[in-house]
Amino acid sequence: MTPGGGRDASGAGGGPLIDVHAHFHHARTGRADWAEVNEARFRAGERIGITYHVASILGSWGFSSPTYFPSPADVTLGNDAMLALGEREPDRVRMFVTVNPNYTDHALNEIDRCAARGAIGVKLLASRRSDDPLLDPIAAEAGKRGFPILHHIWQHRQREWPTQEISDGLDLARLAVRHPGTSFILAHIGGGGDYMHTFPAVVDCPNIYPDLSGSGADRGMLDSAVAALGASRLLWGSDLTMCTGLAKLRALDLLRLSAEELAGIRWLNAARIFPPGSFPRCARQTRETDPRGARTAGVQ
Amino acid sequence: MIDVNTLVGPYPFRHVPHPDPDALLRVMDREGIDQAWVGHLPSAFHRDPSEGNRELQTLLSRSNARLRPVFAVRPDWPKWESALEDAAAAGAPAIRIYPPQWGLGPHSERMRELAFAAGARGLALLLTVKFEDLRQRHPMDSAGDLSAAAIRTLARTGHDVRLVVTAASRDLIEEVHWGLTPDEQRRVFWDISWVWGPPEDHLAKLLRTIGGERFVFGTHWPLRLAQTPRANLDLLPDDVRATTLADAASICLAARR
Repeated sequence: MTPGGGRDASGAGGGPLIDVHAHFHHARTGRADWAEVNEARFRAGERIGITYHVASILGSWGFSSPTYFPSPADVTLGNDAMLALGEREPDRVRMFVTVNPNYTDHALNEIDRCAARGAIGVKLLASRRSDDPLLDPIAAEAGKRGFPILHHIWQHRQREWPTQEISDGLDLARLAVRHPGTSFILAHIGGGGDYMHTFPAVVDCPNIYPDLSGSGADRGMLDSAVAALGASRLLWGSDLTMCTGLAKLRALDLLRLSAEELAGIRWLNAARIFPPGSFPRCARQTRETDPRGARTAGVQ
Repeated sequence: MIDVNTLVGPYPFRHVPHPDPDALLRVMDREGIDQAWVGHLPSAFHRDPSEGNRELQTLLSRSNARLRPVFAVRPDWPKWESALEDAAAAGAPAIRIYPPQWGLGPHSERMRELAFAAGARGLALLLTVKFEDLRQRHPMDSAGDLSAAAIRTLARTGHDVRLVVTAASRDLIEEVHWGLTPDEQRRVFWDISWVWGPPEDHLAKLLRTIGGERFVFGTHWPLRLAQTPRANLDLLPDDVRATTLADAASICLAARR
């Protein structure tokens, strides 16, 4: 058989599409192919029909400090690279500012510095358990600015794992309860661990929005997420595997969701939790295809 | 198009929706798959797979010829030779083996005997590297992944051996492939169900370095979304989009029947 037989690569109803969980690389991550990886994301994004990549860079990706415990210097290095990429690609890239909550002053300064240059959300890794009080000033600052926090999550934490201080849905829920005015994106339900633990863990926290990203593409995962949380709580994303992202888009088509629910997962739910005006091309795209859509969504 | 990596029956560690032949046939129609090689999922976790093989045969007898049975044959179980004959008689293109689940190490003499015997009958050996991501496994699911050493050992068993290795990722594929002679490499086929696409582009890199003729289409249904391998192919970069994968129907004598 021959791959890529020219089939339309889109799925789940068409229209705008926001990837709320994207990453890029830079020259000081120790990878000779860093620029190719970035270009591959754009190439695949074009084919899938991604309108915006909402992305972060995780320090030096382990080159000069650990990926999940980046030093303040590496946090700044990665954020600088992300700012530069966002400024180079204003029509298709938006930025999460990455912070390490063990360095509170540095984290708050990074949020302030990057917000001034266009960041629209905060990225937290696995540098500190998510219910630790050290996350409170960051969550409060994000809430004040209307920035959602994308938090790396291990679905069901049963023990410690090397290289990360992992958090699960229950841990994040404790933080979310303390900060009801802040939106939290629970990272990658397909990114490792037991997602069936996550859904009941966060169902009572309406300010937690799981994203669908991750290499895990279990049958039943999407159906269970929709059944447990409803389509209005879910966000589409890809993380490190855009092939599974596309597969999930196509699988969503089969869940008998309404057009509004599909649009919610594709982009509208994201547009509601990020600062107003973050995604102007989505509104334009919607106006072109459905003049009522953008107004109904309350998106500028 | 043939999907070499499908199963029917429940999975012991989580609920899997509709793991039955009728659902599989509907999925195949939707995804444009002509034929599937079908194993019996519970048998991987049974001590004796014979009853599961019988159940598989019954399940598939109600379907049409698009679903070809792939029995499990355990070489450290008495009378495994007759199970192999049964598989050949049932028109199986391959047999499934589960060395980690059966506690058979990479240098198991029994496994080598089975590989040799299957090869002599033109049957491929179908291996499963993993059923689920390591990070989500049930505490009782402690068998671990199939090792590269186990695959290399089987590939070196003899000229007639044909391996179809499913659910492998790039690192394992490369570790095995470049640890074999060119002749041994030609005995091994990899399904693409767990190979990453962009932005890391593992599949594209493997097609460039190892070649499309070593890869076959597989979905890992019903455990994974059947849309995944097709999505991966649709996202290949332009320089490898025209690469042709191996035709599973031609990889061994039994598959051609």
